[in-house]
Amino acid sequence: MITAERKPFDEIYAMTEGHDKVLVAGCDTCVAVCLTGGEKEAEILAAQLRIKAKEDGRDVQIEHTAAIRQCEWEYLDAIGAKVEEYPLVLSMACGIGIQSMAEKFSPRLVMPAVNTNMLGMPQEHAVWLERCGACGECVIGETAGICPVVRCSKSLMNGPCGGSHDGKCEVTTPEKEDIECAWALIWERLKAQGREEMMLVNRPPKDWSKGSSGGPRKMVREEAKPV
Amino acid sequence: MADEPTAAAAAPADSQGAAPVSDAAPDLPANEGFEPEIIVFACHYCAYAAADLAGSMRLQYPSNIRMIKLPCTGKLEVIHLLKALEAGADGVYAAGCLEGECHYLKGNLWAKKRVGYVKKLLEEIGVDPGRVEMYNMSSAMGPQFAQTARDFTARIRGLGPNPVRPRDGFTAHEVVVREMGALAMPDDADTPPSA
Repeated sequence: MITAERKPFDEIYAMTEGHDKVLVAGCDTCVAVCLTGGEKEAEILAAQLRIKAKEDGRDVQIEHTAAIRQCEWEYLDAIGAKVEEYPLVLSMACGIGIQSMAEKFSPRLVMPAVNTNMLGMPQEHAVWLERCGACGECVIGETAGICPVVRCSKSLMNGPCGGSHDGKCEVTTPEKEDIECAWALIWERLKAQGREEMMLVNRPPKDWSKGSSGGPRKMVREEAKPV
Repeated sequence: MADEPTAAAAAPADSQGAAPVSDAAPDLPANEGFEPEIIVFACHYCAYAAADLAGSMRLQYPSNIRMIKLPCTGKLEVIHLLKALEAGADGVYAAGCLEGECHYLKGNLWAKKRVGYVKKLLEEIGVDPGRVEMYNMSSAMGPQFAQTARDFTARIRGLGPNPVRPRDGFTAHEVVVREMGALAMPDDADTPPSA
C-alpha cells in the first residue's frame, strides 16, 4: 500500500494562516490503513487545529471529512458538496489523492497535510517497510521475490556489494538501523528454493526510463475503455 | 454513583494510607479561586467501582471530577481526550485497571499508549501535556481513587484554566457524553454492552 506520514504540526498550521474556513480531508484507503490520514486522523488533526486556533484567538471554522478514496473522481463527487464550502482544504491523502482533489476542485486551494513516503507493507503492527519502487520492470522473479531496487540501499542489480556484513547493510542511520542486506536475503531464499545458480546471472544495466526517470508515466487499457 | 460524596467529616486515614480528606490541598500554588472541570474516563470494572467504594467509605474528593463510565479504558480513543479539552475541560484523565489486571487483558495498556500520544499532540499545539494523564487502580482502591482525584485537581489548579474553554453554556462533560453516544455507559448500567 501507499504509506505517508503526517507533516509537522507547525507546517500544517502555517498553511491555515489567513483562512477562516478550513476543511481537513482524510482518505479512507491506503493512508487510513497506515494510520496517518483516514477519517480518524483527519478528525484528530481538525481538533488539534481548532484548539491551537482558539488559543491564538483566531476565529476559524475547521471541520473534517473523508473520502473513501481521494484518488478517484467518483469518490470525490461524494464529498464535493462539503469541499465546495471551504476555500482551503488540507488533504491527508497520498500525493495522488491530494492532486486529484486539487484538480477536481480547482482553483480551490488544496494543501498537503502529509508527506507520502513509500509503497510499503506492515511488517508488524504499526511498522511499515518499503517493498516496491514502481520501477516499471519487475525483476523479483529472478531475485527470489525480494526487490533489489528498493531493498538494496544501492539498488544493485548484481549484489551483494562489499558492504554486506552478517546479513546487514553497511548503510545505517538512526532512522534506518539494521537494514537487512537485500542480496543476503536473496541468496538465502534462492538456496532454500534450490536456485543458487540465479546468483550467477549477470544483469545488464537496468532501463530506468521505465520508472520515474523516464518522465510521467501513462497507462491505457483500450479494451477496458467505455464504448 | 459516588462522584458526589456527602460526608463532610474527614475520614481517618485507613490502612492503605489515604491522606486526610480535604477538598482543597493546603499547598495550592496558585489559582486558588479557580474550580477546574475535570473529565475522568473510568473503567466499569475498576476505577468506577473504586469511586463507588470511596463513596461508601465516605471519603471526600473534589466535586470537580466528572466521570464517564466506559466498558474498558481500551475503548477510549485519542479523539475523546482531545474533544474533552476542546469542549473546555481543564484536565482529563483515564482511570483503568492495574496493569496486568485488565478485564479485557490489555485495554488499559492501549489507553496508556493513547494518553501518551495525546500528550505529544498537546505539546505540538502548546497545551501543557500535564492536562491529560493515565492512572491505574483496582476496584478495592477507594482511598486511592479519592487521592488521585485530589492530586489531579491540585495539578490542574496549578496549571490554571483551559485557555480554549468555550462559553456556550455546556459543560465539557455534557459535550463529551453527547459526542460519545452509546460508548459512554449510563451511570446505572451494571454490565458493559458487550459482556
